[in-house]
Parts: sequence; structure tokens; C-alpha cells
Amino acid sequence: MQQILNFIFKNSILLLFLLLLGISLTLTIQSHAYHKSMTISSANAVSGYVYEQVHSAEEYLNLKTENEKLADENARLKKLLFNTKDTVDLTTVTIPNTIGSFNVIQSKVISNSYNKHENYLTIDKGTKDGVKLDMGVISDRGVVGIIENVSPGYATLISVLNLKFKLAAKIKKNGHYGFLVWNGKNAGYTQLIDVPRLATVAKGDTIVTGGRSDIFPENIPIGTIDKIYIDDKTNYYTLDVRLFNDMTSIGHVYVIENKDREEIIQLEAATKNE
Amino acid sequence: MNNSVITNSARFIILLLAQVVVFNRIELFGFINAFPYILFILLYPVDGNRALLLILSFLLGISVDAFLNSGGAHATACLVLAYMRPSIFKFSFGLSYEYQTVKINDRLSPERFSFILISVVIHHIILYLLEVFRFSLILDILLQSLFSTIFTLILCIIIIYLIKPGKQ
Repeated sequence: MQQILNFIFKNSILLLFLLLLGISLTLTIQSHAYHKSMTISSANAVSGYVYEQVHSAEEYLNLKTENEKLADENARLKKLLFNTKDTVDLTTVTIPNTIGSFNVIQSKVISNSYNKHENYLTIDKGTKDGVKLDMGVISDRGVVGIIENVSPGYATLISVLNLKFKLAAKIKKNGHYGFLVWNGKNAGYTQLIDVPRLATVAKGDTIVTGGRSDIFPENIPIGTIDKIYIDDKTNYYTLDVRLFNDMTSIGHVYVIENKDREEIIQLEAATKNE
Repeated sequence: MNNSVITNSARFIILLLAQVVVFNRIELFGFINAFPYILFILLYPVDGNRALLLILSFLLGISVDAFLNSGGAHATACLVLAYMRPSIFKFSFGLSYEYQTVKINDRLSPERFSFILISVVIHHIILYLLEVFRFSLILDILLQSLFSTIFTLILCIIIIYLIKPGKQ
């Protein structure tokens, strides 16, 4: 017993080092594991508060561009409204929140990273506002990411610019599916992999979210095809997709809640168990 | 003693905030980041408590991790740097470093430069290895470590020169 105590006392620094090293390495490996949310993330009260303060100061610098973006979106929505063939006067019909399976929560990005291999964004809405895990996030131009960690006031989302990100997407023109991933190189482009060879693809075609995902609604824009090549190993097409979004400057975003998602997941789980 | 506690606590908080609010936003050529917050570990008193340094480095690293969503990469890198600090001292200043009072925040000498350089290199290589965590991207890791090391090194030396607490 004496010897054990002596050993511990003599090597206390080394033991402390190994203990802390064990903890930090566990956290690191956990954060890289596919589809497992992190123990420590910027969706906590302290870092959320700091980022919010910094962002509120910074916001003044982008007021003009941010306003222009919103005005553009308004114009686009107005165009849709004026060109609807329906004779019902839509402006007088208010759609209650409970109808339809998608709910939209408006939010602001308070921290954004885009130059690493695993990028995350932090937004200023959390469980208090109804944000939950695995909700999709879009901006006025297209897909931004998926919620990965939530705290009462804030949430972090895994960006499309993240090696862990994967999303079913399709070519708008002919409906052929592929998976949207990122190769970690350029912040303006992501890749659509596993597109079958019989699909006709052309430069400039639009890529949108597919209907198979229970996170995003169908036909949310992602980007346009920029380059086409054939994967040597799988013999499928790999397409470079030029994103509609400028991921380096994201301001206002919309969190999309699919109200049917739990039902779908339960149903699928029940089917698998049988 | 009391004075040193206050200085180090203030340094901890100021460097952490500066890292999170200012330096994380500086992206030279789109991919080079600087991490001058490790100055806390470098400037910690030579004769200070080692166990405390290990714990503080771990806390510092994990705080930066929380802000950057990097899991535990910064915590691991800081911890290893804090653990290896005496060996780097021995390498840079010779065997008798414990008997003479080594001060890092003073005139830049070759010994001090080599100490800062080795520390930054160790920290950055571990950091990028764990942050990227893919051996297929080993070239990216090395390139990024190299450029970031240069950037951090310059910033560290500038900060040491700008704030010399000994002169006051």
C-alpha cells in the first residue's frame, strides 16, 4: 500500500497528464465520429452570449447588404404571389401555423466558420424557440446545414462545408438522385456523388434537395453543376456543384421543422423491427 | 505570489477572449489561422506549480474548443505543450535553466526564439492532426501547420514586445 501511494505521489504529474489527455482525446474522437453530436459545442450559454455580443456590434457593418438580400427575397416572393393562377385572393387568406407539415423559424447566424475541414455555424435560436436536433437550415438562396447541437438559447449546425455532411439531392431537370458531400477543398463548391451514368447531366443544371429526405422539403435549391467527371472506383458521375449560397457570408437563415418527421422515423423503425 | 496569481488569471481571460473575438476571425489567404492564446502556457512562471499549469492548459484548450466546435483538439494540443514545457526549456536554455531565472517576456535572444518556435510547432502539429483527423489529408495538415506556425510565431513575438509587464 505504501509503495502504491509512493508511486502515485512520485508520478502525480504524469498521472494527471495522462488523465487529462484521456479526457481530451475522448472528446476529440467523439467529435469526429459520424453523426454523433459533440459533448462540447458553441451552443452553450457562455460562448453563445459572447458570439451574440460580437455579432450585434458587427451587424451594423452589413446592414446594407443584408437589407438588399431581404428586399431581393421579398421581390421574388411577390412575383410568385402575383403570378399565381389561383383566383382566391391569397393576401386575405391567413394560413394558420398548424396546417401543413413544415414550420419555419427565423434565425440569425452569430458565428460562422468555413476554412476548416469540419465547419459549424452557431445561430441565436434554441429549444426555447422550438429548434430541435436534425432540423434543416436554409437561407434565402438555398441549403446551409443541419442542426447538430441545441441549448435553450442557441444551436450549432453542421455546415454543408463539412466532411461529415451528407444529404440526398437530385438534379432538378430529370430527378436523378445523388449524395451531396464536400471534399474539403473549396468553400464555394460541394460535390454530388453517386449519380448514375444513365443520367443526362450538363453544365449549369440546377441541383435541389431530394424528396427522400425527412429533414428538408423537396426542391430547395442548392447550386448548379460546374464540372462533370467520372469516379474511377465506382464508375458513377461525380459533379462539382457551385453553391448558390456564399457560405462565407451568411446572415439571416430559416430553420425548417418537419412536423411529420417523428411519425416517419417511428414508422420506419417499426418496419425495420418486423 | 499574489501578484503572479492576478497576472496569470488576467492573462488567461484576456488571451482567451482575444483569441475568440479577434484572432479566430483573421484568416490569412483564407486558410491560415493564428493561435496566440498559447502565450499563456509559454509565459507561465518557470517555477510555478506544474499540476496547476496542466489543469489550466486543459481548461484553456477546452474553452477554445467550445468556441470553435473542434471537439477536444485544442485541449489535447495545449495539454501536451504544457507537459513538454520543461523539456523544451531544457533544450533551449541548457540544463541549468531552473537555477537561473528565465524570463520569456524580455529581449528576444536566440534561446527565447527557439523556445517559442519549438512550442508553437508542437502545438500546431498536434492541433491540426486532431482537427482534421484524416491521414489522407496529411499534406494539408503539414502545410497548414507550417503556415500557421509562421503566423502565430510573428504574432506571439509582437504581443510579447507590445506588452512587457516587467518594464512598468
